Amino acid sequence: MKLAIIDYGAGNIQSLRFALERLGVESVLSAKIDEIKSADKVIFPGVGAANAAMEKLQATGLDTLIPELQQPVLGICLGMQLMCNISEEGNTKGLEIFNCNVKRFPTSVKVPQMGWNTLNNCKGALFQNIQPNEYMYLVHSYYAPLIEETIAETTYGEPYSTALQKNNFYGVQFHPEKSSKAGSKILSNFLAL
Amino acid sequence: MLTKRIIPCLDIKDGRTVKGVNFVNLRDAGDPVELAAQYAAENADELVFLDISATEQKRKTLAALVLKVAEAIDIPFTVGGGISSVEDVAILLNNGADKVSINSAAVKRPELINELATQFGSQCVVVAIDAKQVNGEWLVHLVGGKVPTQINLFDWAKEVEQRGAGEILFTSMDHDGTKAGFANQALARLSKEVNIPIIASGGAGNVSHFIDTFTTGNADAALAASIFHFGEISVPNLKQALKAQQIAVRI
Repeated sequence: MKLAIIDYGAGNIQSLRFALERLGVESVLSAKIDEIKSADKVIFPGVGAANAAMEKLQATGLDTLIPELQQPVLGICLGMQLMCNISEEGNTKGLEIFNCNVKRFPTSVKVPQMGWNTLNNCKGALFQNIQPNEYMYLVHSYYAPLIEETIAETTYGEPYSTALQKNNFYGVQFHPEKSSKAGSKILSNFLAL
Repeated sequence: MLTKRIIPCLDIKDGRTVKGVNFVNLRDAGDPVELAAQYAAENADELVFLDISATEQKRKTLAALVLKVAEAIDIPFTVGGGISSVEDVAILLNNGADKVSINSAAVKRPELINELATQFGSQCVVVAIDAKQVNGEWLVHLVGGKVPTQINLFDWAKEVEQRGAGEILFTSMDHDGTKAGFANQALARLSKEVNIPIIASGGAGNVSHFIDTFTTGNADAALAASIFHFGEISVPNLKQALKAQQIAVRI
């Protein structure tokens, strides 16, 4: 299998590569349009600030490439948020794959949410053999509300989307590469799509 | 529900764990990678590596260790100890660290917090604060609590939050090493005055200390070293005891 991780300088991807290695999958870190297009699976990672990340995608044309990809694509954390319409973080226009507006957590909860929280109402192949209330590691200040494309929820103050899916596009707010065995299972479910 | 985190802390010198470790299943008690893997297998929620070496090779050795740890474990970990620049942080994050913890360098040059938050995001910036009470006032101390400053703990906590820290690791030097419990009054006040997560550190001696710091102290996470390393409390037993008190933990 050829797996491409989209390279746009979006921080820590070493742990993701190691997590994939543990599953026996070599990944290529790439910003080359042809190489990404021809991969069997694509992972779109991301940490840090939304506007800076979006600018980097625009500078290399990756912002037009990603929504056109045909193979399974998995956005992780900020990657997932950038696949939405718009983010309150710096009023950043996203890739408009998921029909949802990313909002900041209210001050009634500590921001960022940091730590392990449970997944509820999981749907579809990405969550095959994942037990109800499984714990995932999350660290984020902005969140995607519940929408039609929600395939897993988590509650922090209010329930919100911790996973989204539309056609071949998947997004997860949690870090599967940092979420112990259950996280690894979700990565392996993605690889099996 | 977001769970309370249990965080074993490993002191590292020249790539090896420093304090004696009394773990039954380890082949090499000084190998931080093996110890980390053991804690991950026991459902520790995160790990902190605190580098206390003072050699010129320090940066290289630590970066190499971080890479090995990232390869071996699948839970988040924080690296701290002598980090003072954006370049230091870039190497550690690129090698697989999830967060870095800065302490004295932030007090000396608070702009470092802004620079790190802008460059890498608040989620990876932990500001460690060592403090103790002097004439009834909590004052920030440097160099492992040896050097006092005139900075008030709560003022400093608010400033680091405002500058972009994603989390505070608060160690009470009055409680550290006493095994008499965490500084719960100060912790509870910190949680009121800032709206970022607080890790309690210093004073863990038994299970009830953890219960107290999560309830009375309102801490989001609790860090300890020797009680875990010497097997006085195991992470799984601690979590069972917390669960029995209706404290949300990942089991």
